[in-house]
Amino acid sequence: MTADPRTSTPPTPDGAADPRTYASHAPVGADDGLTEAQRTVRAEFAAFADEHLVPHADRWDRDEHLPREVVDQVAKAGHLGAAVPARYGGTGLDAVALGLLHGETGRACSSVRSLLTVHSMVAHALVRWGSADQRRHWLPRLADGTALGAFAVTEPDAGSDLGSVATSARADDRGGGYVLTGCKHWITFGQYADVFLVLARLDAGGHAAFLVERDRPGLDVEPMTGALGTRASMLARVHLNGCRVPADHLVGRPGFGLSAVVATALELGRYSVAWGCAGLAEACLRACLAHADRRHQFGGRLRGHQLVQRMLADMATGATAARLLCLRAGRLREAGDPASVHATWMAKYFASTAASRAAGDAVQIHGARGVGPDAPVQRYLRDARVMEIIEGSTQLQQIVLADAAYQLFPPETERTNG
Amino acid sequence: MDDVRPRVREFLARYIRGWEVADDEDIFAAGHVNSLFIMQLVLFVENELGREVRDEDLVLANFSSVDAIAALVAGRPEAVGG
Ligand SMILES: Cc1cc2nc3c(=O)[nH]c(=O)nc-3n(C[C@H](O)[C@H](O)[C@H](O)COP(=O)(O)OP(=O)(O)OC[C@H]3O[C@@H](n4cnc5c(N)ncnc54)[C@H](O)[C@@H]3O)c2cc1C
Repeated sequence: MTADPRTSTPPTPDGAADPRTYASHAPVGADDGLTEAQRTVRAEFAAFADEHLVPHADRWDRDEHLPREVVDQVAKAGHLGAAVPARYGGTGLDAVALGLLHGETGRACSSVRSLLTVHSMVAHALVRWGSADQRRHWLPRLADGTALGAFAVTEPDAGSDLGSVATSARADDRGGGYVLTGCKHWITFGQYADVFLVLARLDAGGHAAFLVERDRPGLDVEPMTGALGTRASMLARVHLNGCRVPADHLVGRPGFGLSAVVATALELGRYSVAWGCAGLAEACLRACLAHADRRHQFGGRLRGHQLVQRMLADMATGATAARLLCLRAGRLREAGDPASVHATWMAKYFASTAASRAAGDAVQIHGARGVGPDAPVQRYLRDARVMEIIEGSTQLQQIVLADAAYQLFPPETERTNG
Repeated sequence: MDDVRPRVREFLARYIRGWEVADDEDIFAAGHVNSLFIMQLVLFVENELGREVRDEDLVLANFSSVDAIAALVAGRPEAVGG
């Protein structure tokens, strides 16, 4: 007789699954070829998230506020310095370890993960394209969190089409720098940031990226509230009203602000969000495994009902596949391989859509509890929706990946013709 | 020093499928490249041709043709940013 797969798993006397299965530190899935060091840091990141983030994330979401002390705690743990090389005071994590950090953080709280995302984007752009002086000045401060970085690109009339950014950078006839005028909105952690990486359009044509300190005259920060998801990400509108910056605040060459500086930042942002979504999908799965095991209807646990099993199977597969695509992107990034660019897009596309599906199913499996105020799955659902919009919306990912497919795979006719 | 031009041509053929580029043809003017291309090109020059690309190399003239990329790798960049 074949064993019923439903009865073969629960090991405890009353038929309930061993609660240790859900212990927060339990590794989920295989380690997928992580090095010893990567496994160790992953366990540390998971422990930090479980201790400091998981218990409070729902409250931060309700309050639309992330307390400063949490940012300090994250800084103290070294997580803000993950994208900063050790010689500038950061922890200089390799690409996979950085992904593991953003994944474990994303499993706990997408708002804190988005802090790591935008802050690391600024640091990474400076590591790559900043002048020696900019690196010397900013990287140690970004590494220890003395300065928080934010990424200020989106404008009311420039979203997916970043080339249409209208904030102007006019050559300053008084003293040689630039005068910035325009408005940026939806700026994650704009309320807390000490320095913004701002994309502007040059008088002479082309784009340029600038570092603009929060306390510069002409820069005003206006909090934004009421967002659907990542509600504790301290969003802001940033007004630049004739804000003067010295010439040495330009990052990279004039004309390369978008194609190199912002593109470099966005590559890291996409990679970070991909991992955050893999974490979010895992959080959905783990919440559902626990609930489907506890909850009885029609004389049995939810986990025994086949239509529920389908959702659990899809969630487990989606979370695993998302993680594998993220690991692949991380390994290619670490190797500096040009293929890392498309691999990162693919990881973000898959992970964000998998997280959305998982979160939808997670609410369904929780029934009314899923839409109520006490279950984190309703936060997961709202956060997952945001992930399909930021760092390249799902539609933009589809456009890029369809094009990439022609580079990645030989079309059939070419093969047959020879 | 090795002539890197065949490898550059091969890279371009891979990333811009089906495009046979002349060594002095302006890659950007031809309109074949998308917004991700600069990132991929920089990674290619660094990773596969072993020439670190610095802030001051970021001048379109250094990347605009097979010849220009070969000159950059050979240490004779077309342009140096100021
Ligand atoms: C919570 C949150 C945090 C954010 N944080 C930041 C930040 O820190 N810094 C920052 O600069 N920006 C930030 N953004 C802005 C974000 O990057 C933009 O929302 C995103 O780029 C999309 O732009 P948009 O919202 O203007 O949408 P639009 O570009 O107007 O797009 C609207 C819809 O049209 C679709 N669409 C657009 N073009 C095409 C096309 N060619 N083909 C098919 N469909 C298309 C899109 O996919 C989307 O579904 C944030 C946004 C959110 C929601």
